[in-house]
Amino acid sequence: MSTLNLTLKVWRQAGPNDPGRFEVYEANGINEDMSFLEMLDVVNERLIAENKEPIAFDHDCREGICGSCGMVINGVPHGPKKLTTTCQLHMRNFKDGDTIVVEPWRATAFPVIKDLVVDRSAFDKIIQAGGYITAPTGAARDANSILIPKQIADQAFDAAACIGCGACVAACPNGAAQLFTAAKIAHLNLLPQGQPERWSRTVAMVDTMEEYFGSCTNYAECEAVCPKGISIEFIAKMNRDYLKAKFKDRRAVVKVDMTEAAG
Amino acid sequence: MTAAWRAHKKGAYFANPCFTQIHPTCIPVSGDYQSKLTLMSESLRNDGRIWVPKNPNDTRPPNQIPEEERDYYLERMYPSFANLVPRDVASRAAKRMVDAGYGVGPLKNGVYLDFKTAIERLGRSVIEQRYGNLFDMYENIAGENPYEVPMRIYPAVHYTMGGLWVDYNLMSNLPGLFVLGEANFSDHGANRLGASALMQGLADGYFILPTTIAGDLAPQLNTPVPSTDSPAFREAEEGVREQINRLLSIKGSRSVDSFHRELGKLMWDYCGMARNAEGLKHARQRIAELREEFWKDVKVLGEGESLNQSLEKAGRVADFFELAELMCQDALHREESCGGHFREEYQTPDGEAQRDDEHFAYVAAWEYCGPGKDAKLHKEDLVFEYVHPTQRSYK
Ligand SMILES: Cc1cc2nc3c(=O)[nH]c(=O)nc-3n(C[C@H](O)[C@H](O)[C@H](O)COP(=O)(O)OP(=O)(O)OC[C@H]3O[C@@H](n4cnc5c(N)ncnc54)[C@H](O)[C@@H]3O)c2cc1C
Ligand code: SF4
Ligand code: FES
Repeated sequence: MSTLNLTLKVWRQAGPNDPGRFEVYEANGINEDMSFLEMLDVVNERLIAENKEPIAFDHDCREGICGSCGMVINGVPHGPKKLTTTCQLHMRNFKDGDTIVVEPWRATAFPVIKDLVVDRSAFDKIIQAGGYITAPTGAARDANSILIPKQIADQAFDAAACIGCGACVAACPNGAAQLFTAAKIAHLNLLPQGQPERWSRTVAMVDTMEEYFGSCTNYAECEAVCPKGISIEFIAKMNRDYLKAKFKDRRAVVKVDMTEAAG
Repeated sequence: MTAAWRAHKKGAYFANPCFTQIHPTCIPVSGDYQSKLTLMSESLRNDGRIWVPKNPNDTRPPNQIPEEERDYYLERMYPSFANLVPRDVASRAAKRMVDAGYGVGPLKNGVYLDFKTAIERLGRSVIEQRYGNLFDMYENIAGENPYEVPMRIYPAVHYTMGGLWVDYNLMSNLPGLFVLGEANFSDHGANRLGASALMQGLADGYFILPTTIAGDLAPQLNTPVPSTDSPAFREAEEGVREQINRLLSIKGSRSVDSFHRELGKLMWDYCGMARNAEGLKHARQRIAELREEFWKDVKVLGEGESLNQSLEKAGRVADFFELAELMCQDALHREESCGGHFREEYQTPDGEAQRDDEHFAYVAAWEYCGPGKDAKLHKEDLVFEYVHPTQRSYK
């Protein structure tokens, strides 16, 4: 087991209205088996010992499944290792003597709350617009009474793997949230249970997304940093469903008009 | 935990806190900086075989240790259930092996979980399909490829199975306070089985509460919700404010984390996989001392007006001290071994849990009696009408 001596340049910002600045910390004797967040824990304990406020960062599960953690490490959201959240990034991916630049997600829709913590509630707004099914509670159906072909189940599962971390937005030059929204829509729209609300869901979620986030111009930077390997094919699927939904919407309007004319 | 503990301090009984779920398939500790241990799904035990070298001083890499020099101890001790014995049995057996010096890995703190036979029998692709994500996770954390080298595992504490006491309608002893899912004590008894925690959340939320809460709410239709000016609300708000100010004004010398770690170590050593009266008494005393030290010497920097993660953590650790004391009190009073509570004084000649149904077939529901005071015990007898408890055997 070897240890690393590192220089950290960390974004410190006391609050939303503070302009913020980089501060430099020496992080010596870092065990290479530590995760990136454990390394920050060690740095924070040292800061506290010096009566300096610890670096604020979000975390919860620390096992790559909750989507709380996330910081831009040397310019890349979640850092250098593919398909890996910050909490699962181990220090053996760095070299002794490295300088590591650590920043919060930078996106208009994700304002900084403090240091490396950003407000991702714009994602919640998208989910609130339609990221659910309105199943009545009551007697449950037998689990196997709705058959789902394996291929569909697998695709829905791939989409459901999105943990809502926001790295896709942070990586996008336009600050767009297409990958996240597409994953959340596809996960439900692929399954039988998601069909009744498929079209209204798609329109509501896409429209809400556009209210808060930039627009997608197919850079595909999002796919490259996504820790869960969400494919941009889901974006194409979302766009198709959105067009279809708009078309259905128009037909519905026309139908109403016709009835009125007839009456 | 926070919400449940606040409710407990306001009068809701806390039931069965000593029953602790131990998870047998965790990646062993690698250093004291670790923020958590990673639990891997227990499904791994379906195909993995658990063993240690027969010679405790064997330093050869696992693949060079021949079959006849390996002790597949679960298969040896429990021939009918072998690697699939329940969690508590698998966990204690691993602890016995490591305590006896048979541990493997750089810190000699694990046992092997070997997929070689399964890969030979089923082919690598089947194993990849079943456990691919777990194998990747293990490799990422441990830095070893489990398709080629056996995994190293060791038990770790997962949770207390206890929680707020509820009746069959999921209402606590405080009228109108319903408790669902992980926050209550209801479904697990003394042993939490695989997937039952998630199941409990779903069952409580989908099936039970929608039918039971209506009876409580219906008579209250049109009753106005108390305003934030009401004395009860004011009192709660004042309490929170006081605690925040108190934590910020201590300005001591030790970080919140350092207390949290010391408390965790105490619980692991004395109220973990195996407990005894002497250890539990010692732990209660140490926890009380540590709690007092915390309230005198904790260092929480920053302010209470904006995001302050140390402050948030301090509030949680303050609760953990009190929960830890209650866990020890419950563990000390339950003089039997049962499910996730193993008292060393109460075991069969071959080291299995020895229940005492005559004296302890009840739910222990504890009432909070003030800071630093012993909680008060309320018993709910367990009555078995159809299925009767017996001594289990996995031999
Ligand atoms: C790492 C890990 C692995 C696990 N593995 C398994 C497994 O393999 N199988 C299994 O069966 N179980 C497993 N469990 C346990 C299972 O996941 C939980 O028991 C279950 O999810 C609990 O569900 P719940 O709805 O009761 O509580 P939670 O999911 O914890 O929900 C509680 C909710 O209350 C909210 N809340 C808290 N305080 C307040 C407040 N003051 N006001 C408003 N909202 C509040 C929280 O934000 C949260 O959303 C695991 C748990 C963990 C952590
Ligand atoms: S799509 Fe990927 S990067 Fe974006 S929020 Fe989901 S998991 Fe994170
Ligand atoms: S902390 Fe949960 S994904 Fe990193």
